[in-house]
Amino acid sequence: MVTIEDYVARIEGTCGEEKDVIVIFKYDKKDEAIKKILKKAKIKKAVSTIIFELTYDKFSFRLYGTGKAIFRSVKDKDELNKILSDLLL
Amino acid sequence: MLNPYKIREDFPILKRKINNYPLIYFDNAATSQKPKQIIDAISNFYENHNANVHRAVHTLSQEASELYEKAHEETAEFINANDIEEIIFVRGTTEAINLVAYAWGLHNLAKDDEVIVSLMEHHSNIVPWEILSRIKGFKIKYAEVNSDGTLNYENFEDTISKKTKIVCISHVSNFSGVINDVKKIAKIAHEHDALILIDGAQSVPHMPIDVEDLDVDFLAFSGHKMLGPTGIGVLYGKQELLKTMDPFQGGGEMIREVSFNQATKRCSISWNDLPWKFEAGTPNIAGGVGLMEAVRYLKTLGMENVKTHECQLTEYALRLMGKQQKIEIYGPKDTSAKCGIIPFNVQGLSSHDVALFLDNYGIMIRSGFHCAQPLHQIFKLKSSTRASFYIYNTKEEIDRFIEVLKEIEQV
Repeated sequence: MVTIEDYVARIEGTCGEEKDVIVIFKYDKKDEAIKKILKKAKIKKAVSTIIFELTYDKFSFRLYGTGKAIFRSVKDKDELNKILSDLLL
Repeated sequence: MLNPYKIREDFPILKRKINNYPLIYFDNAATSQKPKQIIDAISNFYENHNANVHRAVHTLSQEASELYEKAHEETAEFINANDIEEIIFVRGTTEAINLVAYAWGLHNLAKDDEVIVSLMEHHSNIVPWEILSRIKGFKIKYAEVNSDGTLNYENFEDTISKKTKIVCISHVSNFSGVINDVKKIAKIAHEHDALILIDGAQSVPHMPIDVEDLDVDFLAFSGHKMLGPTGIGVLYGKQELLKTMDPFQGGGEMIREVSFNQATKRCSISWNDLPWKFEAGTPNIAGGVGLMEAVRYLKTLGMENVKTHECQLTEYALRLMGKQQKIEIYGPKDTSAKCGIIPFNVQGLSSHDVALFLDNYGIMIRSGFHCAQPLHQIFKLKSSTRASFYIYNTKEEIDRFIEVLKEIEQV
């Protein structure tokens, strides 16, 4: 069974008052993860293939072509896991 | 004059590409890259001389001990300390400050005493004092910072009193790059019979340091920010002070004798000589060897040249960044007051977005609080992006950095 861990290498809380969360996708899975996310999330703005400004449900986040995503206003780990499983699985 | 193009040849990592772009490393305030001379010195130690130091008669141990002691000697010379007795090897700046807090502060600070710390400090020069103050009950007074990030010397002079026992302040701010007038601060501290501890994490790697001329009592710095390996750092302390202090940690190496007394059923312990009294357990020998090689590398370049090169880069970057409409730069713009570090934000973007965007182009910079949250509160910032330079950075790298910043402004 495919899990979030198959795609995600690391999750880091940002340092700063913003309390955003950065999700780093596994290098060999990043293109697949990006493809899946772009299929499900709504693109608000795209700068070439470098940055995608996206929304999904009530959440806004930026996805980078390098395989990193920065999520804003995510309450906790459970909420993040829910979004990630919706987007990736 | 320092030639960064020639220097770059010594750094294998700088040949790397990140996301198909040549690596541009502007996160030097966090840690520096390592030249092959240092990587080779560490490998050579493990390949040819590895053994535990001191108290063994075999050849390898003698060699390891000599190298480790030589590392202390050359580090002492580098900062113009009198003797290796004044050079204690620790894990890094944080451990050095904690050593002073516990080995000196625990025994010398009492309820009515005061400790002065500045608001521009890295958390590592705030937290140990806050923890100790909860144990001992002394008061911590925070020296204020002006709106441009420089120390408010007037406020500092108003804050210090006969109750002040130690002043703990950074030489160079890790957020703004502001250079404090340590000599002046030390003079004021000593006039009040207070000691002075300097966090030299951002100064020792970047400019000439003479502890005798500065007249500081303690100086803490890290090896990894000055081309050396991680896990090795230095606490310089005046010999007469270190002699009066009890050890920070107990274990092997730091003792002369541990003898069991049958009558009392206790062990009586006597301490080893300086600096070993403060180096409990098997030390980071390879780290010491790496640090020695880093000191040699920097000495060959000349620390005045290192400082000039970084100031020129900072000036160049500040000039170009200043032309960008959406970039806000914090701290002084004058390189006589600062060096090597530029904190900034791009309007409308979080610092992490800026760092992630730059990462896409192989440019490594740091985002967040940089362990200096109180200073961010003064500047009313949620976080910041920080570019910091070193000996291998070039004007061409800054040009590329500006090109990408211009792209970011369009986002």
